[in-house]
Amino acid sequence: MRDRITGSKALMRALKAEGVKTIFGYPGGSIMPVYDALFDYTRGEKKCFDHILVRHEQGATHAAEGYARVSGEVGVALVTSGPGVTNTLTGIADAMLDSTPIVVIAGQVAINALGTDAFQEVDLVGVAQPISKWSYQIRHAEDVAWAVSRAFYIARTGRPGPVVLDFPRNAQVEEIDWEPVKVDFVRSYVAYPKLNMEAVREAAELINNAKKPLALVGQGVELGHAQEELKTFLEKADIPAGRTMLGLSALPSDHPLNVGMLGMHGNYAVNLKEQECDVLIAIGMRFSDRVTGNTKTYAKQAKIIHLDIDRSEIDKNVKTDVAVVADCKESLPAITALLNKNRHTEWRDSFKELDVKERTKVIEPAIHPTEGPLLMGEVVNAVAEKAPKGTVLVTDVGQNQLFATRYFKYPEKRSICTSGGLGTMGYGMPAAIGATFATDRMVVCFMGDGGFQMNIQELGTIMEQQAPVKMILLNNNYLGNVRQWQDMFWMRRKSFTKMLNPCYEQIAKGYGIAYEAVTDRANLAAAVEKMLTTKGPYILECAIKEDDDVLPMTPPGMNVNDMMLEI
Amino acid sequence: MKEKNKLYTLLVYSENVAGILNQITAVFTRRQVNIESLNVSASSIEGVHKYTITAWSNEDQIIKITKQIEKKIDVVKANYFTDDQLFIRETGLYKLSTDLVMQNPEISRTIRRFDASITEVNPTYVIVMKYGVTEDIINLYRALNEFGCVLQYTRSGRIAVTRGTQEQVSEFLEERERQHG
Repeated sequence: MRDRITGSKALMRALKAEGVKTIFGYPGGSIMPVYDALFDYTRGEKKCFDHILVRHEQGATHAAEGYARVSGEVGVALVTSGPGVTNTLTGIADAMLDSTPIVVIAGQVAINALGTDAFQEVDLVGVAQPISKWSYQIRHAEDVAWAVSRAFYIARTGRPGPVVLDFPRNAQVEEIDWEPVKVDFVRSYVAYPKLNMEAVREAAELINNAKKPLALVGQGVELGHAQEELKTFLEKADIPAGRTMLGLSALPSDHPLNVGMLGMHGNYAVNLKEQECDVLIAIGMRFSDRVTGNTKTYAKQAKIIHLDIDRSEIDKNVKTDVAVVADCKESLPAITALLNKNRHTEWRDSFKELDVKERTKVIEPAIHPTEGPLLMGEVVNAVAEKAPKGTVLVTDVGQNQLFATRYFKYPEKRSICTSGGLGTMGYGMPAAIGATFATDRMVVCFMGDGGFQMNIQELGTIMEQQAPVKMILLNNNYLGNVRQWQDMFWMRRKSFTKMLNPCYEQIAKGYGIAYEAVTDRANLAAAVEKMLTTKGPYILECAIKEDDDVLPMTPPGMNVNDMMLEI
Repeated sequence: MKEKNKLYTLLVYSENVAGILNQITAVFTRRQVNIESLNVSASSIEGVHKYTITAWSNEDQIIKITKQIEKKIDVVKANYFTDDQLFIRETGLYKLSTDLVMQNPEISRTIRRFDASITEVNPTYVIVMKYGVTEDIINLYRALNEFGCVLQYTRSGRIAVTRGTQEQVSEFLEERERQHG
């Protein structure tokens, strides 16, 4: 018997076949046939999806990102054409830079209206192409099954990334005979490059001969589900490891070989040691300028081994001596097998003195101040101390992000959602919403007063879904990170960084979200406790010192060993 | 010291789907590298298109450009070459004033000296065609221009085949299909 269905229904079946459970979306004119089909799939006997109605399409993509980052599955956003989908572009670019698997499905005018400047028509495939892993227009209903399966295959395999499907209205309503399609091969796309054993041997030899090896761990380890393989590798050869901001939970923060966070505001010792190690092993990271500082002087003394699944990352920012292009789930054990058991006690001990220096000069004053207004570091520390094990940290962008990532703890994998590459203010709140649909673990989200307002409309989504996001609003009435740079590099000319804020208590009340403010240090611990033990969403607004600076810091373009502990 | 720019030729093979050219040129645009010439045609492999692109760049940058192009999902292979690694041909078309060609026998001699051919003559203009390497085509233009007889001049995109004996792309595709079973 023929199974005749519309393109919209075919989309539902194709999404179901890909294992989709949650869709973040916003309806509109040219996606209405899909929304009509979706209606039946979200209730009653046929129910297989939860649809989360966001309040702005940018929120849908960030929520999909948060969902993907925590679950390891592909996040899905469903929006209409024109402004609906141009609103998603920031999220798509964000997912591209941070290798986050999402599929954005957007309505489009019918193909016979394409190019006529029809209402809400935008050349989506054209605009999305440079910021997505793949973008494709499904011109006819018979392409739905193939295109959706290919989209998910491309989004989740290899180096993951965002895929955009442009779905013209005619294809949504055309009727076809349904035939499922499973794409697990694209001949022009090598998702998993074949491991080169020669490179593996060279890498192992360099590591075996190293006196001062240092590993740099990136998100690639989480994306490759290679957290255990990483531990075995590091432990066998006794290699201290720094983590990038996106890779913070790839190695548990309480692991003895963890030596902290890399980068401009990372930990002091590991930044200095990058300039002292003899072999640098980069694993699933891309030598971002925020990690390397001045590449002309970066780790020049060291032999560099780069493990990455993406060939185009090799030699892109930093020249490599040995490149191992493969999935780290495969390359790490292959190298580990050739490693000698080793001890680098003296080398590892040499980090300690610098750690003490950072702890005394930066960390203690930041997390245990005794006077003056509240500091961001102490709020993060208070939350980190009380949050249950396995809590997922979501941050917005700016000082809140740097303090939160520095002082939070990551005992479990897939515990960090932050916008690293694109640095998208407004990412935090919707990403945290997405995270709550991916896990039962607690989700805390640190935001500044700037970023909180950039997607503040998502409080509506939180209210409607009762998404249990614990929002910590670090309010200093400033765009703090820019203010810090103005103070440091722009002669203290605070050009448009001071902000007049609304009454957040009234806003919380309007959305019916539990709220408490902390201004006094003495009340902080109890307020955090209350937030963490109250069911459902919560806003904890903290009145933060206006000119709290993030330290340590390597000024942009400077050498990593020029990192400053004080200003 | 900054590496000196050279003319590189990229040979790119892609699936025959809409929008690939846009994806390829975007890689150049992002780095503000000009494409000197571009030729697109079907390749010897069914369903695979071949792009021959020339651009002035340095090796460091051209490597990055090549990798970024190859990273596009529907691009099968991208490689870069210098002129010595390729057999190269381009075509030049020169539209000359018939009056001036008739008045000055040096013009005809120049055309012969460059091994170019006259393909059309009428009372107004003469069409001269020259195929060869870039330099010869440009030199003929310069020589003819000295006589002030050139009405129009155009040069085709470069076409090129590699001098190596291996057909990398078909081998790659066969290997891929074999792995997939």
